Amino acid sequence: MLSEKYPEEVKKIFAKYPPEQKRSAVMPLLYLAQRDEGFVTKAALADIAQMLDITSTDVAGIVGFYTLYHDEKAGKYRMQVCTDLPCALRGADQFLEQLCGNLGIKVGGTTPDGMVTVEAVMCLAGCDKAPMFQVQGPDGIAYHENMTVDKTMELIAALGKSGKPKEVK
Amino acid sequence: MAHLLLRHRDLPDIGMMDVYIKNGGFSAFKKAVTKMKPLEVTEEVKASGLRGRGGAGFPTGVKWGFIPNDIWPHYVVANADESEPGTFKDREIMESNPFQFLEGVAIAAYATGANAAYIYLRGEFWPVAASLDDKIADMEKAGFLGDTLFDTDFSLRIFTHLGAGAYICGEETALLESIEGKRGQPRIRPPFPAVYGLYGKPTVVNNVETLTNLPLIVENGADWYKSLGTPDSAGVKIFSLSGHVNQPGNYELPFGSTYRQLIYKFGGGVTDGRPVKAIMSAGASSAMIVADDKALDTPMDYASVRTLGADLGSASVIVINDSVNLEWVINKTIHFFKHESCGKCTPCREGCYWMMHLIERIERGEDAQSSTELLLSVARQMQNKCLCPLGEFSTMAVTTAIERFPADFKPSRAGGKHG
Repeated sequence: MLSEKYPEEVKKIFAKYPPEQKRSAVMPLLYLAQRDEGFVTKAALADIAQMLDITSTDVAGIVGFYTLYHDEKAGKYRMQVCTDLPCALRGADQFLEQLCGNLGIKVGGTTPDGMVTVEAVMCLAGCDKAPMFQVQGPDGIAYHENMTVDKTMELIAALGKSGKPKEVK
Repeated sequence: MAHLLLRHRDLPDIGMMDVYIKNGGFSAFKKAVTKMKPLEVTEEVKASGLRGRGGAGFPTGVKWGFIPNDIWPHYVVANADESEPGTFKDREIMESNPFQFLEGVAIAAYATGANAAYIYLRGEFWPVAASLDDKIADMEKAGFLGDTLFDTDFSLRIFTHLGAGAYICGEETALLESIEGKRGQPRIRPPFPAVYGLYGKPTVVNNVETLTNLPLIVENGADWYKSLGTPDSAGVKIFSLSGHVNQPGNYELPFGSTYRQLIYKFGGGVTDGRPVKAIMSAGASSAMIVADDKALDTPMDYASVRTLGADLGSASVIVINDSVNLEWVINKTIHFFKHESCGKCTPCREGCYWMMHLIERIERGEDAQSSTELLLSVARQMQNKCLCPLGEFSTMAVTTAIERFPADFKPSRAGGKHG
């Protein structure tokens, strides 16, 4: 139960919205719900639905609509590489291909240690610093910009060792 | 000229409250609340000629003027969803000059009689939201947010709300649905948000850059603001420059600067010294501009860009050099819009789906000519039929690339991939 596990955070979330508009809390609650597992479990759907007086289906509809919510387990960290037009003009497609080649996985695949899933995503508003990606993990989201395959391999190795994303400048 | 919006470029510590205050910070908000009536602030903004910087270019003061005074409460919502491919200006403002933006939110709230404001950030801006939360707490401590501000009866609170990855939430009614905890799908308009907005109450939705202009206008007056830029497009604008340029980045320039200045003087010229082939003036939503001398020397303001058969939009300038085939470019933009279409209206949902299949056929070289004709036909059939601008935008690059760069779609074209 989120309210038992994270009582302070849940309280803070509800304080942002008018008391009669608690449905507004669904998005921040979903971020909280996927913090530990990296995805939203069925139990969490029901828990949030009950907190907000809506149905599990309503909550699942939100999970399905927005790309930063996940309903399946993946690597502990999701490395989401932007391959949209401006980044692609600066070599993002080749960057992603080489990265996956080095890791021996396909786009969408996960490293054998279960730490990193590499995905291609749409624009992240980092167009001038491509190749770039974000890492979504238990601690939130961090951007990594002006990246090379070598720097990214270092980052992945560090993630595997420490279990925490390391800042690579 | 010193930066007016990207002030951190001249004053690197402007993101710290004491530095911001030392450099005139919050004096505009104080002036508005203690010396001006809300309507006077609105009139000043109207007179300044400030137009919305999110892309639509609608006059900001006029938008505020639609808020009725017989329905309460009112809300201000800052649109920080910044998701247009090629746009990355609002992020820089919020990261590096956050108080000027927050002061703008506060001024907009005072002018429109709102006691609560929400900042809707795209979910990827997680660290930006965390930093804004800290700055909001600083403002509460310093007495710039809370109850009875400056010993008046005006009170204001600002909250951040994170989206979760959906381009469509940049559309203002989809954004409001998202804050309400629903899927981000646009509403049928009218009623417009000014009357029926957040929680069904009168709401002003303004872009981050728009709001960041407000302290300048209140402090220095409408006449000063209008002296910058061109008669049709007052003030300064942040141009996000990306693609095939040596120095991509944000450039704050007066309206009326040319594409040539932006690309060659500020952007350091084109990658590999090649000629510019096409310019997208408004991100992936843009028409494809043929980059001839006339286009390069066109002033970047709302009216002049229109003479090129394109729009200034959010001023996200994507430069494409002659190593690229435009069939590859629209393949990218079509996949973007197919992914981001919210599925609510049929022309966009089905149109984007079919455009994707057709461009993939063209890419594979299957019936290139008839597939191209069909693609153009599908795109044209979508135009003026979609519920919101997303569907309309998805067709812009497609129709103009095929019409203005026909050689790139000939079966005999060289390559077809990004070189």
